[in-house]
Amino acid sequence: MAEMDTSSGGGHKKGPGVKKGKKMSTRVDLTPMVDLGFLLITFFIFTTTMSQPTAMKLFLPKDTDKPEEQNKAKESGALTIMLGDKNHVYYYEGILDPAGANFKSSSFKDIREVIMNKKKSTDEKDFVVVIKPGDQSTYKNVIDILDEMTINVVKKYALVDISEGEASLVKASDATAQ
Amino acid sequence: MSRPKIARKSTNIDMTAMCDVAFLLLSFFILTTKFKPSEAVPVSTPNSVASKVAPEKDVVMLSMNKDGKVFLSVGDSKADKERKETMIRSLNGSKNLGLSEADIKALTAAPFIGVGFSNLSQQAKLPTESVNDKLPGIPAQDSTNNQVIDWMRAVTEAYAGTKPNILLKGDNVAKYPSFKNIITALKKNDLMKFQMVTNPESVPNGTDLWRANQKGVKQEDL
Repeated sequence: MAEMDTSSGGGHKKGPGVKKGKKMSTRVDLTPMVDLGFLLITFFIFTTTMSQPTAMKLFLPKDTDKPEEQNKAKESGALTIMLGDKNHVYYYEGILDPAGANFKSSSFKDIREVIMNKKKSTDEKDFVVVIKPGDQSTYKNVIDILDEMTINVVKKYALVDISEGEASLVKASDATAQ
Repeated sequence: MSRPKIARKSTNIDMTAMCDVAFLLLSFFILTTKFKPSEAVPVSTPNSVASKVAPEKDVVMLSMNKDGKVFLSVGDSKADKERKETMIRSLNGSKNLGLSEADIKALTAAPFIGVGFSNLSQQAKLPTESVNDKLPGIPAQDSTNNQVIDWMRAVTEAYAGTKPNILLKGDNVAKYPSFKNIITALKKNDLMKFQMVTNPESVPNGTDLWRANQKGVKQEDL
């Protein structure tokens, strides 16, 4: 590409002993420069689009002490999801059995299935998901589960503090599950 | 029979035009790129399917780092900085912090507030490079000493008339109780709407939201 022009021989003789000045091509090979240019372009394209953070909206309900103002959740349509240590997820439908018989273990991969099934099997206006993050759960877990609500288009969900009984069940299950 | 002569063409292509285009694009991207501002508090945010870009105006940001420490910062614009000064002044009055004029100026210029009320004057005297995540954070541990509540009250006063965009930027591994304390602080001040900063993620196939997106329904309308 950027070879020297050697084809300029065969000109007239300058005379004996006079060296022929080699004519150099003025053309420079621009391929590596173009390569570099496009490499940098790719870099800038990626950095511009990647660093745009998004925001997830959360509307908190107003705390009311008056029982008549509180939203009543129908037992049949309720799904309670509890978050434990090390990304463990537990859930039960309706009201928790005193012996913990309907307390089931799940994971972030499988919980979507659970939510979808519950959503299909219940009347839409009764369907409510109650999220109870335990003390050991992380911020990421909470966001992930709120995200599941968005993904599965759950219209009614609530972020509720975990109760003593549930917390101990979660703790016990966390200890056995690895 | 003599064949018509085909002129032998050089295989070399003139790269100049291509080079011009490449560098034109390059300069365009360099000029339009806004690099991430260096963050004093490193926070790795979780992913979500939320597609709305985080606002940049009238921002009040609460950062929660991996240890659950809470830091408060405001947007970069001049109006936001003025509001921050108003907040610090009103807290200085109501909590008898005894901050000098120079302290207030220093705290306003600081990238974030990362200490409790009693240590504010100390933070004001720190050099800028030591204002980092080593600071203890705003106390938000329990209901008896949740100073985020006071800060949020100051925010509502300073932003009276306009709507502050409250952003919560939490770290993946921060524990839930510190998140709950922030929610409590917001609830106590009737700040019921807030946004959480996340990284975008694609919607998984086959889910309800995915189906809605296929139909062209906007996420906000659901």
